[in-house]
Amino acid sequence: MNKDFNMVIVGTGGQGVITLLQILAEAALIEGYDVKTSELHGLSQRGGSVEVHLRFGKKVFSPLVARANADLILGLEMQECLKSCYYAGKQTKFLINKFFIPILGQKSITEKAIVKEIQRFTKNIIVIPAADICEKELGKNVVAGVYLLSYASRNKIIPLKPSSILKAIEQAVAKKYLELNKKAFKLAKTLNYEMGL
Amino acid sequence: MFENILEKQNKKVMLLGNEAIVRGALEAGVRFVATYPGTPASEIGNSFYLIQRSHQKIKNLYFEFSVNEKVAIEAGAGASFSGLRTLVAMKNFGLNVASDFLLPLVYTGVKAGMVILVADDPNCWSSAQSEENTRAFAQLAHIPILEPSTPQECKDFTKFAFEMSEKFKIPVMVRETTRVAHQSAPVKLSKINIPATKGKFVKDTHQFVTMPPRVLEMHKELLEKLEKIRQFCEKSKLNLVNGSPSSDKSGIITSGASYLYVMEALGKLSIDLPVFKLGFFYPLPQNKLNNFIKNLDKVLIVEELEPCLEKEVNILAKDINPKLKVFGKDLLPEVGELKPEIVLRAIAKFTGKLTVGGSTSDSYKKPSISISRRPQLCPGCPYWLVFGAVKKAVNEKKVIFGGGIGCYMLAGLPPHNIQDYLYCMGSSIGLAHGIKKSSNQKLITFIGDSSFYHAGIPALINTVFNQSNPLVIIMNNDITAMTGHQPHPGVEDGAPIVKIEDLVKACGVKNLKIIDPVNQKEFIKTVKDFVNKKEVSVIIARRPCVFVKKH
Ligand SMILES: Cc1ncc(C[n+]2csc(CCOP(=O)(O)OP(=O)(O)O)c2C)c(N)n1
Repeated sequence: MNKDFNMVIVGTGGQGVITLLQILAEAALIEGYDVKTSELHGLSQRGGSVEVHLRFGKKVFSPLVARANADLILGLEMQECLKSCYYAGKQTKFLINKFFIPILGQKSITEKAIVKEIQRFTKNIIVIPAADICEKELGKNVVAGVYLLSYASRNKIIPLKPSSILKAIEQAVAKKYLELNKKAFKLAKTLNYEMGL
Repeated sequence: MFENILEKQNKKVMLLGNEAIVRGALEAGVRFVATYPGTPASEIGNSFYLIQRSHQKIKNLYFEFSVNEKVAIEAGAGASFSGLRTLVAMKNFGLNVASDFLLPLVYTGVKAGMVILVADDPNCWSSAQSEENTRAFAQLAHIPILEPSTPQECKDFTKFAFEMSEKFKIPVMVRETTRVAHQSAPVKLSKINIPATKGKFVKDTHQFVTMPPRVLEMHKELLEKLEKIRQFCEKSKLNLVNGSPSSDKSGIITSGASYLYVMEALGKLSIDLPVFKLGFFYPLPQNKLNNFIKNLDKVLIVEELEPCLEKEVNILAKDINPKLKVFGKDLLPEVGELKPEIVLRAIAKFTGKLTVGGSTSDSYKKPSISISRRPQLCPGCPYWLVFGAVKKAVNEKKVIFGGGIGCYMLAGLPPHNIQDYLYCMGSSIGLAHGIKKSSNQKLITFIGDSSFYHAGIPALINTVFNQSNPLVIIMNNDITAMTGHQPHPGVEDGAPIVKIEDLVKACGVKNLKIIDPVNQKEFIKTVKDFVNKKEVSVIIARRPCVFVKKH
């Protein structure tokens, strides 16, 4: 990899966004990259929008991804992806969890409308019903993010090896939830979705 | 992940800026840590708290959540005077509270190393109140200020700050901003080294008693000390110049997170020019800066918020290079935080590399559908019940609602919309008093329990002493919730409990009820009754936050 990799993860408070970020950062460190992340704490964790950044490569300075510079945007909630378009350019891939968390006082926006909107920025959009899959197979939809990481790594959407990510999960996830997360990680191997739009 | 903070020496681990501060303090042999929570500094206290309650508890290290920042800094100073290295951490607003003590402390100086960590929050990501820039305290308090850019520097600068503090017997501030505090990156670890020596306060009225005329002498001694520190700072490796001279004789001066955006932008624009990275904000290495700007035609100052550095450089340039063109806030915003694309654009303009469209452009596509997901009370939060009962009890249009800082400030958002003012911790009661003395409108004001201990008590006493009659509702959720669920003096946490009701009674409040808001009927009835009283009244709305663990 000769260019640095720029990634933004969006979701809402309580979806495990920061854990995902820690997993990815550990995995990048395991592969010997220079890594930076930026997270936000505080008010947004009360169910508000959450956006975190990850950059890795030979040498990275800024912890923030620049406008229109994301290589990958991982959306854990569909509507939040609209906001993240700020970071989207032609090169950007969107990997989206088909999952809606209603917004108080706003009518839910349909998947179709969201995808159409994102298509103005990039054609590389993958929507996967990860929350439903995890709910059905594991009884828990919070691990949808880990499922998507696994998918992204196996399909070379993220330039990090699945083995590094699995190792990082073991380091970053609390013991109590480790088995569940590992199961979600393995699940993406057996159920392989190809849902490019 | 506090486990990473305690990893073995020589390892390289991912640490948040704030975790790196903790590690730096541990490597420096910190013995006493006091803090009051406040994001973006909260993880510092949280990490110490978790470490000291884990099986990895560190011997000879004392940690406390103090009742407020002023008490924290005073406690810390007491430890330093007794010979123990001390760290005190707070967010920017905390320093306002602590500043009354800070100024004389810088006059008298310290004994063992004392580091004051202050976190600013440009863009107010986790703040209400203001975009306070702590750099202003340099001029006010004459406290040396260091500004790290990365987690590695957070660790290294903290250690350096302890050494420097002890060398010059002065408290040293490490100032970070959100993007430094909440940036994680690999950090190379050294040895944790906590000495076991016993603290001892040695009487020294010459140092510790600020009574005039001695205090004026102290002021003079401080200025002399600062000149020595400035000379020390001239030689410090914390201030360094990167890059090589450019043909158009231009250069950049920057520090903190801004430095990272500058380096990113120069790479992207393939520009090589000299960059002066300041590790010190105060005092500034004037000679080094003079040497830097002496041969330049133009210089760009990249800094967040007010043009503090820019002003200093303008003053230096007047003598050393009056023709120097100093750019700064004409190319960069003074409001909000900097971002890589903002700095990229400013540097492109500065160097004449601005192109139409592309990454340096100012205009960009926006999605045509926008969403706004505001933060909300958690499902099951007892505040739902409090706000609901209040709205049922009174005519919202006819009552003034006072707000305060904490989760309960969500009263101001839908679906509640009952917050007519919001300032700082404790002010919900102080303001209520002034309004009630000036008008006969009904007023209900909310205050969190942690806020009440922090700054609410004097204001409540004032309503009794000076006789006003607001209805104060204390949101007694048994935790400092907003900042990440830290304990406070009313929480069962292995220490004696200071009961809110005892304090309220001792303040002289006659109308007091403790109500679990689950009892809606009683709550509504009491609000209706209390809001019409002639004297101040207090409802303690008692029900724990959903995150409070049941004992
Ligand atoms: C002087 C100062 N210190 C710290 C903070 C950070 N802060 C914001 S909200 C809050 C928690 C207040 O807790 P509490 O009053 O119990 O309200 P809750 O969040 O539990 O509703 C703190 C400490 C601040 N805003 N000002």
